[in-house]
Amino acid sequence: MSEGLSRRLAAAVIVVMACGAMVSAAVPAPQAVAAAAARKVVKIHGAGGVRGLEAYQSGIIVSPAGRVVTALSTVLDAAQIDCVLDDGRRFPASLVGVDPRRELAVLSIEATDLPSFAVDTGERVSVGTRIFAASNLFGVAVGDERVSVQRGVISAVVPLAARRGAAAAAYTGEVYVLDRTTNNPGSPGGAVVDSEGRLVGMLGKELRATATGIWLNYALPVDELAAGIEVAVSGGGGEPSAAPSGSFDPRSLGIVLVPDLLDRTPPFVESVLDDSAAARAGLRADDLVIAIAGRTVASRAAVQQALAAIAPGDPVRLAVIRGGDVVECDCGARPADTGVSP
Amino acid sequence: MRSWQAGGAGLVARAVVAMATSAAVAMAIDVDPAVLDAERARVEVIARASTAAVAIFAGDGAGGSGVLLTRDGYAATNFHVVQPAGPAMRCGLSDGRLYDALLVGIDPTGDLALVKLLGRDDFPVAELADSDEVQVGDFCFAAGNPFLLATDLQPSISAGIVSGVHRYQFPAGTILEYTDCLQVDAAINPGNSGGGLFNAAGRLIGINGRASFEKRGRVNVGAGYAISANQVRNFLGCLRAGRICDHATLGATVSTSADGRVVVSDILESSDAWRRGLRYDDEIVSLAGRPVRTVNAFKNVLGTLPAGWQVPLMVRREGRPQRMLVRLAGIHSAAKLADLVAGGLEPGPDEGRKAVEKFRLPEVVADLYEPRPGYANHRFNVIERDRVGAALAAHRDTLPPGPWVLAGRLEGGEEFRIELADSLASIDLPTGSSSLAVDEPFDRNPAPPGSGGLLAALVVWRRLVTEGPARLGRTAYWGTAPRDPAALGDAAAVDLADVLETSVAGVEARCTVDADGRVLAVDLWTSPDAEPCEVRFAWDAEAGGPAALPTRIDVARGGQAFGRFVVERPAAGEAAR
Repeated sequence: MSEGLSRRLAAAVIVVMACGAMVSAAVPAPQAVAAAAARKVVKIHGAGGVRGLEAYQSGIIVSPAGRVVTALSTVLDAAQIDCVLDDGRRFPASLVGVDPRRELAVLSIEATDLPSFAVDTGERVSVGTRIFAASNLFGVAVGDERVSVQRGVISAVVPLAARRGAAAAAYTGEVYVLDRTTNNPGSPGGAVVDSEGRLVGMLGKELRATATGIWLNYALPVDELAAGIEVAVSGGGGEPSAAPSGSFDPRSLGIVLVPDLLDRTPPFVESVLDDSAAARAGLRADDLVIAIAGRTVASRAAVQQALAAIAPGDPVRLAVIRGGDVVECDCGARPADTGVSP
Repeated sequence: MRSWQAGGAGLVARAVVAMATSAAVAMAIDVDPAVLDAERARVEVIARASTAAVAIFAGDGAGGSGVLLTRDGYAATNFHVVQPAGPAMRCGLSDGRLYDALLVGIDPTGDLALVKLLGRDDFPVAELADSDEVQVGDFCFAAGNPFLLATDLQPSISAGIVSGVHRYQFPAGTILEYTDCLQVDAAINPGNSGGGLFNAAGRLIGINGRASFEKRGRVNVGAGYAISANQVRNFLGCLRAGRICDHATLGATVSTSADGRVVVSDILESSDAWRRGLRYDDEIVSLAGRPVRTVNAFKNVLGTLPAGWQVPLMVRREGRPQRMLVRLAGIHSAAKLADLVAGGLEPGPDEGRKAVEKFRLPEVVADLYEPRPGYANHRFNVIERDRVGAALAAHRDTLPPGPWVLAGRLEGGEEFRIELADSLASIDLPTGSSSLAVDEPFDRNPAPPGSGGLLAALVVWRRLVTEGPARLGRTAYWGTAPRDPAALGDAAAVDLADVLETSVAGVEARCTVDADGRVLAVDLWTSPDAEPCEVRFAWDAEAGGPAALPTRIDVARGGQAFGRFVVERPAAGEAAR
């Protein structure tokens, strides 16, 4: 009764506060924006769970037919990736493709009529824009529990100069810097929406500023997101690669390696994508990669480096150990730094 | 390098804009009056909430926050805030004054504690809201003492939105389990613990107590958690009892079945749930009136309930719904609870003295502190017991002295007569008559047959009313429990009533008393493992006779009705003779 009335009044006050000087009857209540955004974000479960690497992150549903965009991370280094929807339904996801430069990946789940975001590549929003960030930070939401929603403001639009550990972040284009601590474990792949619920960006991986070492709270703007999705789904039709060496993704050849969880993770093959160059070359799951183009590789990171060192178009020859024997596999020409061939 | 500088500049520019006063902005641009009104309202709400915020100093650099709930100084905080303090602490309010305060009750599992500030009877208070109404996206703010910054006793305010509701947080290396909590992006830092989380109307929706801290150090990273106001409300009575409170267990564990239902995967045959008919593979539909669709939801509901409550449980078996009322047992044994809070809160007789010496309690505080096993501070139990005693006495005074006679018809139309005198209680039923001498051991005479001790329960009831709790066997204040457990979930707010716990003449009884001093219910156990005799009293305002005597008595045992006694001719004293 009076509780209900005071709630409605409170809601009215919030609406007024949320839209500041631009009071407009058209701006929906923040509760409605938060709920609508959270419905279009999935909880992703994959590899990890040890040594400070989470086995979960977030993803944005970008088509009613089950296309999900997320951050490219070790969570996706798994034979099985699961997406859990807002209603608790769990779907295995397949990797459609990746954009290593923007460090994003596109997944697909076999679902229909999903609530989804339009990836509208209109103008960028300006500094000072109020936003909501919806993500499964710290994995607090499980099953049908709704992902977390934070509120903030876009503080700056700047080129990203960041690192993870000693490695520089691959993406150096512009990002939205946010004033809330949005980029936490589990946040990567979360949606950033404006006060009307339009998708304006995607939360990126946890990174520190190169200059200061400070943890960054940032999002990839939606136009970059759209371009990245294009690269990932077209499997190479995109733009010229600007990826720095070391960022070549073995999945481009159809090779899924075990999750890189240790300092020197042995480069075992987790799985081989169907109908890929690696599959045609006879590579199999559980093969241990020992050499690439005649150079020995002792870790998963070394495999990535060695592959990156091969110029696009040059042959990729692997030596693997299988059942105690050394087996040579010729994976054909190295593709550009793009997604997996469909 | 460049990116960060640019980012920093952007932040600075924005901060300057934000810091400019509304007046200055109003001069520069035409601000809608509604915005200025909203801002003014928010400033007022925060100012009012700040007056109820407590800065707790627990000694040796420890401390945290609290929030005042009653005019006479009861304030809620976290167990982990008061744990280092022992029985006494000092509390600062935004009026700039320091108050002596002492520990009242604790709930170690739920990380709650109740303290009492001394020296005023007109403390500013925060009003508990219905936290089940809170939605993701709601504006909220925390008022507290982060990093113990409040050396001037003024609370720090951090604002944000509610990020999640009904969150379940596993006990992280401790027993402090956060169930059904609110998640906020308002900054919750060390020192905010125990402080209030308020909604846009300035009403209390939770007690801040935990945050996700990780590799970035023990500072806010955008995910703070608050114990819901509704959980606080459920435990408040037990805390006021000065007890070390325990949380509830159903005596059964649940898991998710292959088709996504929440089903009973294990159950103790000694549990009340088993006796009420809960079995393996039963699907849990609702608990305490709240729907259960996931294991977390089950844990969430259970986590908000004190051990000892009776709550409705709805299950589905082979497609058919079944409803039962179950008594919830405690998660921990008394000894285990004592271990958990070790560190001066549960002292033995000697340690109690030591604790008092150690903290050199001011006299005004020492008079209000009494250590006793099972209690954080037994003195408050006596205070609460006497409060209920005063209500019972006011009620008793409407009755003339002498025997009580309750005569009327059972539901089937047969006559009954109950007489309760100072030395003997008797009952005449169609099936026969029984009696109970007031000085015999009640546990040996659970008359009338099949009732589990109805006469004993009625004697306990009458003695409680006529003699008062202080003179009836060993009687303690237990706390509060739902006035009508079966109705839990039907109404938005839980209607709570005081409960007294009595040990007398070989039996244990729990008596529910309303604010007017009317005894609503007596549950009586002739042995700890026996099914209790459950007696419920009802009043019909239209009926004649002494207002203190009930017009209907419902008696049940083991989930089966023993009888409904419609009292047509209640009488007391001379009229009864």
